[in-house]
Amino acid sequence: MKFTWFNLMPWPHLPDNFRQEYRSVWVDIPTSLYDPVKGHELYNVYLDELEYAESLGYDGIGVNEHHANAYGLMPSPNIMAASLARRTSKSALVVLGNSIALYNPPIRVAEEFAMLDVISGGRLVAGFPVGTSMDTNYAYGQVPGLTREKYAEAHELIRRAWREDEPFAFNGRYTKLRYANCWPKPIQSPPPIFIPGGGSLETYDFCLENDYVYCYLSYSGYKRAKQLMDGYWQRVQEAGKDMSPYRAGFAQTIVVAESDKEAERDYRQHVDYFYNRCLHVYPGFADAPGYRTIKTLKANVTSQMTRAAVGDVSSMSWDQLVNDGYVIAGSPDTVVEKMKEMITGLRVGNIFCLIHVGDMPKEKCLRSTKLFAEDVMPRLRKMWPEYANDDRFWIHPVNHAARSGVAAVAGA
Amino acid sequence: MTEKILNLTAGPGAAYEIDVHQSGSGPDLLFLHGAGGLFADDPFLAALSRHFRVHAPRLPGYGRSSGDTHLRDMIDFTLLGWDIADALELHKPLLVGHSMGGMIAAEMAAIAPDRVERLALLCPAGLWMDSHPVTDIFAALPFEFPSLLLHDPVKHGALLSAGGDFDDAEFLTGFLVENSRRLTTAGKLLFPVPDRGLGSRLYRVKARTQVLWGNSDKLIDPAYAAEFTRLMPNAQSILIDAAGHMLPYEQTEKVINALIGLHN
Repeated sequence: MKFTWFNLMPWPHLPDNFRQEYRSVWVDIPTSLYDPVKGHELYNVYLDELEYAESLGYDGIGVNEHHANAYGLMPSPNIMAASLARRTSKSALVVLGNSIALYNPPIRVAEEFAMLDVISGGRLVAGFPVGTSMDTNYAYGQVPGLTREKYAEAHELIRRAWREDEPFAFNGRYTKLRYANCWPKPIQSPPPIFIPGGGSLETYDFCLENDYVYCYLSYSGYKRAKQLMDGYWQRVQEAGKDMSPYRAGFAQTIVVAESDKEAERDYRQHVDYFYNRCLHVYPGFADAPGYRTIKTLKANVTSQMTRAAVGDVSSMSWDQLVNDGYVIAGSPDTVVEKMKEMITGLRVGNIFCLIHVGDMPKEKCLRSTKLFAEDVMPRLRKMWPEYANDDRFWIHPVNHAARSGVAAVAGA
Repeated sequence: MTEKILNLTAGPGAAYEIDVHQSGSGPDLLFLHGAGGLFADDPFLAALSRHFRVHAPRLPGYGRSSGDTHLRDMIDFTLLGWDIADALELHKPLLVGHSMGGMIAAEMAAIAPDRVERLALLCPAGLWMDSHPVTDIFAALPFEFPSLLLHDPVKHGALLSAGGDFDDAEFLTGFLVENSRRLTTAGKLLFPVPDRGLGSRLYRVKARTQVLWGNSDKLIDPAYAAEFTRLMPNAQSILIDAAGHMLPYEQTEKVINALIGLHN
């Protein structure tokens, strides 16, 4: 099993009446709610937490990309990963990822990811998301009906830029480069590539054709993810590929305490903050027309766009969130049991552990992180023994002795 | 009234199928619909057909028309407009466009100024003024459409939903799928800011032009009427009361009278 400690980096100071007074946490939330001086401390706390996770033996530490979003303060994940690259020496740097259609020209992604891979000694996991509609279309202005074509072209350019040893001309529809020439090259050729997906057949097939890791990054937990992941595994079988659980990843909110009761007492308010405040997204921003294919839309259209649904500000309770699997919470025994159910049920080898939740303060976050690392992770390590040697989907760093400077800094 | 399918090439190995509504008799009129498309038993076209021979193509993504993946930018839409006119063998028709269709019609007249003698733009898209930002229709929810698009949502609300109820989840699901098809096409011209450079090309238009606007338009402010006439050499604007962005449907007779006047 591979465990990646993930921090979304939410803004913890949204007002109590946020849902009543503001229509969305994303896209048009005013920056008057942000305070850069508090932000200074916050970024440093969040980076401390990621570094702490490495020291406890998490396989990866993870960052991602969002724009105009108060629960995801990383418009540039590569800046965070660069900072972590110098302060860590063992964990994979899981950048999940760069929304490649947003970079102009997208060879920028090839270059920056290569830099991260080289600085870290080959520890980069490279994520290539399309990006949510909120990020890609509304905040970054990409035309919804052209986003996927642009993504596919950017992907082709990046892979080729990593592969070729000579400059080449790239005549794309969206990017034209007479001299495509990626300096530096990544250490890994290529780094493991993770693709966040939301259930479309096209994304399943894209991952299988390229042996990329399919990642379902939902906040709604493992019980609701079953149908989608079953669809993926069915597609894996149909494609005649092996069923390695390392072909898949899943994000799960997890909080650990000494007992179930203590978990509720200590974490309830932070879970409430995340699910009932941070996830308040205006439905008009959720799915720009053309962002999803019509085929996917027909299968997944929701009724969140009625007047009644938009006006509904009712909250999800702790019991509901825990019972329905949105959150795995409790003592180490409880968490181990539920994690096993999730890992076998979804057949996943990569878990993105969302252990920092909402407005959780540092000391609570470190405690939960430590309990998971010491009392949960070791009891899940040996799952999927038949795939114990499957290293196709994980990092291949250069050996430690060959790495320069890194250990001295991180060990200081 | 007839509906016919035009098979047009979109380059080697690629094709459009264009579903064209044709009705009425009289002088040829080519009508280009807005982002919402034509409506069932379209009442504006029915009224137009009492005075004109109406040709109203549906763009790819609308109705039975297909080939939307070949449409990417303004020039693709503009040339498709001319390819349709050629396939219909139209010689200098009265060219009329509503909203997004007005943007395309204006581009057609700018790129081929000698082929258009009479042009009518009904609250056209295509320009941007920082003083009057165009409302973001792409982030609007269907239940907001009537109040956004109509002067009188009570009287004309059924037009937009074909009689369905936007507060009914099941109806809404079907509507969203079709709306997504339509706006996938429209987004290529209108998202995120409906400006593809038309303003720098309008000087080329030779046609005698009328710019008609609903005084209660909440999607594209009537202030744009003056901006169009400022940029076009031979245009006049008419503001019409008791009409929103769906001007041709809310003040059908006034619009048709203006078109008759323009033709004569």
